Amino acid sequence: MTLEALVGVSSRAVNAMLHVPEATTLALLGPNGAGKTTVIEALAGLTEPDSGHATLGDAVLFSDRGGRMRLTESRDRGIALVTQDAALFPHVSVLDNVAFPSRSRGDSKAHARGDAHDWLERVGAGHLAARRPRTLSGGEARKVAVARALASDPRLMLLDEPFASLDIEAAVAMRSLLREVLKGRTAVLSTHDGLDAIDLAHTIAVLDHGIVVEGGATSATFERPRTAFTAALAGLVWLSGTWVEGALTLADGQLVPAIGEALTLGAAVAVTINPRAVKIVPPTTPGGVRDIVLALEPRGDGLVRVRCSALWADVSIAEASHFLPRVGEPAHFDVAARPHAFSLDD
Amino acid sequence: MSRLPRWLLVLAVIAAAFAVLPLVGLASRTNWAELPSQLGSPSSRTALGLSLRTAAAATVLCVVFGVPLGFALASLKGVSRAVLRAILLAPLVLPPVVSGLGLLYAFGRKGLLGSTLDAAGIPVAFTTAAVVLAQAFVAMPFMVVSVEAALAARDGRLEAIAATLGAGRSHIFRVITLPGIGVAAAMGAVLAFARSLGEFGATLTFAGSLEGVTRTAPLQIYLARESDPQAAVALGLVLVALAIVIVAAAARPDRRAIP
Repeated sequence: MTLEALVGVSSRAVNAMLHVPEATTLALLGPNGAGKTTVIEALAGLTEPDSGHATLGDAVLFSDRGGRMRLTESRDRGIALVTQDAALFPHVSVLDNVAFPSRSRGDSKAHARGDAHDWLERVGAGHLAARRPRTLSGGEARKVAVARALASDPRLMLLDEPFASLDIEAAVAMRSLLREVLKGRTAVLSTHDGLDAIDLAHTIAVLDHGIVVEGGATSATFERPRTAFTAALAGLVWLSGTWVEGALTLADGQLVPAIGEALTLGAAVAVTINPRAVKIVPPTTPGGVRDIVLALEPRGDGLVRVRCSALWADVSIAEASHFLPRVGEPAHFDVAARPHAFSLDD
Repeated sequence: MSRLPRWLLVLAVIAAAFAVLPLVGLASRTNWAELPSQLGSPSSRTALGLSLRTAAAATVLCVVFGVPLGFALASLKGVSRAVLRAILLAPLVLPPVVSGLGLLYAFGRKGLLGSTLDAAGIPVAFTTAAVVLAQAFVAMPFMVVSVEAALAARDGRLEAIAATLGAGRSHIFRVITLPGIGVAAAMGAVLAFARSLGEFGATLTFAGSLEGVTRTAPLQIYLARESDPQAAVALGLVLVALAIVIVAAAARPDRRAIP
C-alpha cells in the first residue's frame, strides 16, 4: 500500500508532505519538537488533522473537503502504531495484549492466543507471555508492542522513536528485529539518529518546524544534504555559500576552495566535509577558514569536537594540545582535501 | 521527612485522642464476658442481618446505576458538569433527615410517584424496600464521585491505541476502560456499602422502625440505648469493627489484585 499524505495540524504548526511507496520504509528525521510525533499520530488517528489529505492504497485516511475534514475512524484505517511508551494495556497479560487485535476481529480466545504466541515468538518475547506489562523493561515492552502491532495485520506500520530511551543492547536487538519484520511492509519510523535511517529506511524525510525540508532516497539525501541538520545526521560538516571560480564564498566573505562541475558563477552551493579531515592550523596558514569556537565536546576515543558557529572539527587530543582553541575566541581551520561543491538551486 | 514543629504535634495528638476516645468509651462500657450472648439476642441478630442484607442491596443499586451515571457525568464539560455534579453529590452533605423527607414526598404513599407505585401494587414507604432506597440515595454519590474521578484521570490514550488495533467502541469499553476504573469502582462500592450500613436519619424518616422489616442495626442501637445499654454497646462494637475493616480495605487499593 502506497502512502500519500499531506498532514496539516495547525495547532502544532505542522504541514508535512509524505510519500511512502508500497513495501518500503520511510525514516522521518528531525530534531525534538519538529512535529514527528504529531505527523505519526495524525496518520494513526490519534490526532485530528485540520487540513490536508492522506490515502493508503485506495483508502482515504482523511481529506479536507473545503474546510471540513472527513476522517476515517482509526479502527478502519489498518494502521498500527508503536508508541514510545509502548502503551500496553496494563491490566491484562502480555499474551492477551498481543491477542487483542484478533479478539477485536472476533476470533475465539483460544485462536487469538495461539496467534499471539506465534507473534511473541517472532519478536523473541515468547518467554514474556504470562507477565504483566508493568513488570517489563522498556525494551521488552516495546518488543511486545511491536508484536501486538503486527498481530493486527496492518497495511501500514508506524513506529514513533522505536529506539528512544533503550540501552545499547536493547537498541541493537530492536534494530535487528525491525530490520526483519519491516521487510516487505510499508512503514514510517521517526528517529533523530542517522544510523536508524541508513539501516532501516529506503527513503527519508527531514522535518523541521513541522515542514519537510528535504527528502528522497536515503543515500542520495545523505550524500548531498540541503540542510546542516541533515548533514550533521550523516556525520558531516556542511557549509553553504555562493559559487565563485574554484571556491565557495561563505556569508562572511571567506573562501573555501572546492571542486565544482557545471556550476554557474553566483549559484547557491554547499559542500560537505568529513569532520576528521578538518585540521586546526596557525592563523598564518594560507587558505584557512576562520570561525568562532562555541564549545569543546569530548567524543571519547581520544577525540574532542571543536564546535564553531559554521563548522566543526573532530581532532585528536594530541592535536588539540598544540593549538588548544578557547571557547569564544576564533580558531583557524584547514579543510584538508578540496570538497565537491553541489548546487542548492535545483 | 523533616521534623515537625512541636506545637503541630501537640495539636495532632489532641485530634488523634478526639478520634480514639469515643471508641475507648464504647470498649469501657462493654461487658466482654456477656458479649456473645448480647449479640446472640434475637433483636440484635435480626437488626444486624437486616442491615447487612439492605446495605448489600443498596450497594448493588449504586453499582448498577452509579457507574453509568459516573460515565455520563465525566462525558460532560464545563458549567453543566459542575452544576450537575453539585446536585448529584448533595446527599453527601444533606442532613439525612431531610433526605428521608424528600424520599417520603417522592416515593411515599402521598408522594409524587407513590400513588403510581401503589396502583402498581408496589407499596414502598415503611417497607424493607424503603430502607434500601434510603441507603442507596445517601450512598450513591460515593460511587459516582469515584467513577468520575477515575475517568478524569484517564487521557483516553489506551482507548485510542485500542482503536488502531481494530477494536470497536463496546469492545474497547469492556476490555480497556471498565477494567481501567475497576479499582476506583471497587473503592466506591466499599464506601457506598459502609455508608449504607451506617444510615440512620433517612431510614427512620422514610422507612420507620419496624422490627425485622425496617429496623436496621443503627436504629436498634438507638432504641436499645436506654432500655438495654449493654446490647446497644455490643451491637455498636460490631459496627465499629466493620467500619475499621472497610476503611482499611478501601485505603489500600494498590495492594489488591485486579481480576
